[in-house]
Order: sequence, then C-alpha cells, then structure tokens
Amino acid sequence: MSATVDTKQETSGKPPRVSSRRLTERVFRIRESGIIAVLIVFVAITVSIEPRFASQQEVQFILANTTIFALLALGETMVIVSRNVDLSIGSVVGLSAYVSASLFGKIHGIPIVVVFLVGLGIGLAVGVANGIMVAIGRVPSLVVTLATLYIVRGLDILIVGGNEVVAQTLPNAFIEIPRAGVYGVPYLAIVIAVVIGIGAYYLRSYRSGRELYAIGSNPEAARLAGIPVGRRVFTAFAVSGAIAGVAGVLWAAQYQTVDSNAGTGYELTVIASVVVGGVAIFGGSGSAVGAAIGALLLQTINSALYVLGISPFWDQAIAGALLLAAITLDRIISLRLTAALRRRSAGVGT
Amino acid sequence: MHAAKAFGAVRAVVDASIDLYGGEAHALVGENGAGKSTVVKMLAGVHQPDGGELLIEGQPAVLTGPAAAQAAGIAVIYQEPTLFPDLTVAENIFMGRQPLVAARRIDRRAMRAQAAALFERLGVQLDPGRIARGLSIADQQIVEIAKALSLEARVIVMDEPTAALSAAEVARLFDVVRTLRAAGAAVLFISHRLEEVFEICQRVTVMRDGRTVLARELAGLTADDLVRAMVGRDMPQRTAGERSQPGDEVLRVERLAREGVFIDISLHVRAGEIVALAGLVGSGRSEVARAIFGIDRYDAGKVTIGGTELRRGSPAAAMAAGIGYVPEDRRQQGLVMDMSIQQNVALASLARLRRGGLVRSASERAFATDWAQRMRLRYGRLTDPVSTLSGGNQQKVVLAKWLGRHPALLIVDEPTRGIDIATKADVHELLVRLAGEGIAILMISSELPEVLHIGDRILVMREGRLTAEYSHEEASEEKIMSAATGQLEHSK
Repeated sequence: MSATVDTKQETSGKPPRVSSRRLTERVFRIRESGIIAVLIVFVAITVSIEPRFASQQEVQFILANTTIFALLALGETMVIVSRNVDLSIGSVVGLSAYVSASLFGKIHGIPIVVVFLVGLGIGLAVGVANGIMVAIGRVPSLVVTLATLYIVRGLDILIVGGNEVVAQTLPNAFIEIPRAGVYGVPYLAIVIAVVIGIGAYYLRSYRSGRELYAIGSNPEAARLAGIPVGRRVFTAFAVSGAIAGVAGVLWAAQYQTVDSNAGTGYELTVIASVVVGGVAIFGGSGSAVGAAIGALLLQTINSALYVLGISPFWDQAIAGALLLAAITLDRIISLRLTAALRRRSAGVGT
Repeated sequence: MHAAKAFGAVRAVVDASIDLYGGEAHALVGENGAGKSTVVKMLAGVHQPDGGELLIEGQPAVLTGPAAAQAAGIAVIYQEPTLFPDLTVAENIFMGRQPLVAARRIDRRAMRAQAAALFERLGVQLDPGRIARGLSIADQQIVEIAKALSLEARVIVMDEPTAALSAAEVARLFDVVRTLRAAGAAVLFISHRLEEVFEICQRVTVMRDGRTVLARELAGLTADDLVRAMVGRDMPQRTAGERSQPGDEVLRVERLAREGVFIDISLHVRAGEIVALAGLVGSGRSEVARAIFGIDRYDAGKVTIGGTELRRGSPAAAMAAGIGYVPEDRRQQGLVMDMSIQQNVALASLARLRRGGLVRSASERAFATDWAQRMRLRYGRLTDPVSTLSGGNQQKVVLAKWLGRHPALLIVDEPTRGIDIATKADVHELLVRLAGEGIAILMISSELPEVLHIGDRILVMREGRLTAEYSHEEASEEKIMSAATGQLEHSK
C-alpha cells in the first residue's frame, strides 16, 4: 500500500479484476470443497473395485457410525475454534453410555427422554467443570481436559466394575433410535445433520458465535475488543460436554453392550475429524459442517477398507496420513491466500 | 487527566496531567520509560490508575476495562494493531457490535456496506470483505481507526503509529488524522519523530520521569526546546582533554580475513581508549567483532590480546583472555529475558560466585546490587524478570554482566540502539568512565553523533574493508559518511 492516496479516479465502479479474485478466494476459503472432493474420489474408487460398497446396508452402516462422531465434532469444533481443546469427551461418552443404559434395568418403564436428560446432565457437569478451570482458573485446556479424561474414565470404571449393560435390558424403542430410517438413511442421521446445521449457522451468524472465532484468532485482541472471553470459552466447554453426554446415550442405543471401555479414544478420532474437516487446530477458522464431513470421511475410509478386505492397520495409518495431508493443505492454502492478499493490497494503489 | 500509577515497585507514572480538546491533535512526547505507555494503557482501560482522576467532558470516568474505555469513547491505535487475522476487515471493525437483522442474526451485507462507508469517510481504499491476514501495518491501523470512527470515539490515542510506516503511508495517516480532527475528535499523538509532531499537532505535552514537565501550544517552540524538556538538561559534551592518555596495547588484529565477509582488517585498541568502528549496516563491522570474540571463524590473520595470540573460534578462550562482548541484539543474544535481573547480571561471573559447585543466592544478590548501583539501573526488584526493564536499562544489565568479569577489552555493538536519549547519555558516560578506568573499548555504532562524541579514534569500514581512520579531533560526519559510502575514493 504505497500510493493509495492518489487513486481517487479509480473509485468509480469496482474493477472487475477484484471480483474475479474474490471468487478464487471464496473457493480457497471453502475448505470443505477439498475434503468433499477427496470423499467422492475415495467412494468412486472403492465402488469400482467392490460394488457392494454402494449397497443400502453399507450406506446405513457408515451413516450410523458417523452420526456419533459428527455430533461430537460439533462440540469439539466450538472448543477448537476458540483455541482450546476438549480431550474429555471420550470418557464422558463412556460414563454417560453406562449410567444412562443401566437406568433401564434399574427403573422399569423409565421414559427415554429422561434417560437422555440424565446423559446430557452428566456431560454438562463435566463440561462446566472443564469450563470453570479453563476460563476462571486460566489453566491450559490441554491439561484440564487431560485430567478430566482420566478422572471421568476412572469414575466410569469405579461404577461399572466388572459389570456390563447387555442388550436384553434395553427397551426396543431405545434400540430402534439409530436404526429407524428411510431408504437406508437413519432418521437420527437427519436429525443430527439438522443439529449440526443449526450449530454451524449459530457459529457463523451470531455475535457470540463470531466471538469464539475472534478469541481463537487472537486472544489478546479479543480481550482488548471487550469480548467476554471467559464467558464464551466457558460456554463452549459446557456445550461440548453436554453434546458428549447426549452422544453417550446414543452410543448405548447404537452398540447396546456397554462396558467400561465405551468411547475410549473417541476424543482423538473426533479431533482428527475436526482437523481433517478444515478447522484450524489453533483456532480462528473452520466450520462445524466441515468437521462433520471430516467425520464422515474417516468413517467411510474405515468401512471401505473393511469391505475391501484390507487390514485394519491401514485404517489407522490412512487416518494419520489424511491428518497430515489436511494440515499440509491448510498451511499451503493459508500461505497462498496470504500471498494473494498481499499482492492485492499492493495492487489496489497502482 | 491526572493519574498516578504505581507499576511494580517503579512508580511508572507519578503525576501525569494531559488536557485534551476536541478538534486538536495533541502530541505526547517523552523518552522511553517516561511513562507514556502507562498513560496509554490507563486510557485504554488495560491498567487502572492508583490515584488521580480522569475527566471526560467534565465528568469523572472510571475505566474498569477495555470495554469501559470503548464505551467512554476512547479508542487506542497501537503501533502494531491487534486484529483478528482470520476474520474479515468488516468483522474486525464491528466485532461485538455487528448490525443485526431478525432473530438477532448478523447482517453481513449491512456490515460490509457500513465498513465501506467508513473507509470512504477516511478517504482510503480497503476491501471490507477480505480477511485481515496479510494487511500491511499501515492498513491495519486504518482498520483500527475505522473501528474508532464507528464507535464515535471522541478521544483517539495513537501510540507511535508511524514507527513502521513508509513516507507515503505516513502522509495518508496524517490525512486521516486531519479528517478525524475536522470531525471534532481529539487525537493524542505519540511519536519519537519530532518533525512529525510539528507537522500534525497543535499542542504538546512533554513527560519526563512520569511527570508532565511541559504542556502548551506548539507554535513558538522548536525541536530543541522539546528535546531539552524531555532530557531535562542539555546533552553533555565531552572534550578530548578530559581523557587520560591511552596506555598499553590490549587488542591487536592483523590482516584478519573471512572469505566473502571481510578482508585485510588490521587494527589495535589500547587500554583506556575507545575505538569506534563506523560504517553502513552490512559493511562487515559486526562480523569482525564476532570473529574477534570467537563466535564466527576467520580464514586468515591473527588476533592477539595483551601480546598472546587468541585461539580462533572459541568464545570461552576469548572470555578467559579478558574480552567482554555486548551484542547488537541484546534481547536475543545478550540477555535471558525470563530470568531475573540478578541472575542476568551474575550470568557471566558464576565461577566467581560459586561455593562448592553451587551458586549462592546471597552472593549473587550482593554482586547484582553492587552493579545495579554503579550502573544507575532503574528497576523494581532485582528478582523481577529482566524483560520488565526498559531497553536502556536492559542494556545496562548486559554491560554489568560483562563488567563483573573485569574485562581488559569490551566490544560493544550498537550500544544505544533503541534506547531513549537520557539513558543513551548514561551509557555514553559509562563507556567514557570505563575507558578512564583503563578498559579498552571497541564500539560499533551506526549513529554518527555517538561515534564523534565518544570515539577517541574512528575507523570506517566499507564492504568488508577498512577505508579510513580519523582521530577524535579530525573526524567529522561528512568525512565518515564519505568513507563509509565510498565517495572518498572517487574524490581522491
């Protein structure tokens, strides 16, 4: 920007060059487009080798697996966007799954809604604890949620002991929740998709949602801009916890047999989904929709490898490779975007 | 405003009074450490005053935080603005105040239109829809000013806004400042560049040691008047006669060369002598110093200290031979910023302070206290991290660190870069005093007044070679510059 002052004659009508540049930027910015492309290519290759992969049963299986991860990814996105991380969600899923499912055995005829509320309450309690320690105690979220990961899992093991909830104790209506659907698309998947859509819209179009991005983009500037940083971060953790609580109940309905291992390691799969889905690991950018598509991609790969008869080892290795690819792509895009914007800055005045 | 702020144990602002009127640009000047930044932070609501009061349009105001300052109509433009790099320019302006439509949704289109209107009022071209990452510093400041405008800020504080700007960008900024003034805002303009103060401001407040020492219209004042008020005295002039005759030769460098960096460097420094090494940045001066101290290798030549040849490429050997080296970049190379003042001062003398393998805190403390007094260090507590000190005081810590070893030769690279005028004078006095005590000093400096002021002999380097040598008496700015730029050879 060296000569903007003497360019007043250019202000009549925007040069078309700028708007076309903006279009390319928009494509750049839609990080989701890249991962959708990867998803399509991957499905196409798998189907060409093994047509069975396109069957209704297979699609239903993938969507059913994806729902829980995509839902968890929504909460994790809110947290990561604010430059934090929530590692406790896997343990919350486990505790919530066992406590809620065992309620059916203890209180006969308990309404399913109440069971969901109990799960949500458990998650909310952990989320609030995380939020207080991070927002008020100013302890890094990595440490706080690593601690609650262990504490909640320990609590889970203490409660479960050697027991497990088995399918026979669960009412049919409960077990049907993840299974009922049309044309192989579970109703639950549709509901979750709507919830994620609402969540993404909130993050995009509401002040408090934008403030989470602002906090993640530059915490110091957020403070100077008068944003209630503590309150926003606290809310993000509370919501992430509550979502994990609900996801735990869904986990019980989906897998029916619940022991003390339920949900172990989910936090890492979810974080991987979020990052593959284009959410910057240090906050400030990315969307909940992208994160959900990231979850879908990882679950699709998981199933495809199974269908193709490839060792599950490759599943993990490919997930790791995708993560690296996503981070590399992210870096390249942001560097090129920055360069493009710099050029444009320089170009406006000439 | 009247305000007092105790800052650490140093009372950073003791009694600052500034009267700001709408429609004026008001300069706030003073040396680093005079308390300007503390005033800015209090106005921004980041720090709260411990006493005094702030009146806005005659009403007392208490700024409990950044949000309160914003609500009170005060906006602060920092030297390096703090934007949200991932968000759009429009969002950066309206964060927390975005225009809304039904159901409290953000109206993006209106937000962009309003941002564009602000830029038009300011007379600048910026795309409100682009993200802030990649904006030049000047453009980032414009975004902050647009934000201040959208807040209808009545007081706009600009904290050294021009430090990183090109001439054209400064001109644009000044146009914007005039626009703000015309709109009735009060602009508090903080700058080290006095010519800018005279160009854009109508009134001035000078601060020294946390006090307001001068407040009046600029008309009728000169830059010298301001400097005198800032420093509190005229700059001391050294005459060569004050100095004792130099003693024995301490450092001798013979035909030192490093391929592609410098060649055929021969020089000597005697006890009690200050030899200034002048030249343009990149002429190889620092590299010669680094080679002498053993940080970098050299390909040919030799370095002798007190008659014995120094092993090349070994800082430990150089230190053992009695060389102290104060590097150019003190933050990166001269200090451990997170360690305390006391630890930093003692760092190079640990061997002397050690008892049975352990460094005793008490002797470290005594050692540091002694040096802090000798250096006239301004600090809160010796246990404070050295990063809390101002640039000039940090430099004194680096000097103390080396002086604690009683060096025979001190190499100082740009000893007063980024240091305010009074501390600069302190450092100069100190170097002269040290020379008087018999230390040989080799000083690299790009500031000609400094070179002329304290150098007993002045060597000039150009493109890796020594091109001239002048005595204190015969040197002049013109002679040094022509030797440094190569005009000397043409005129011969």
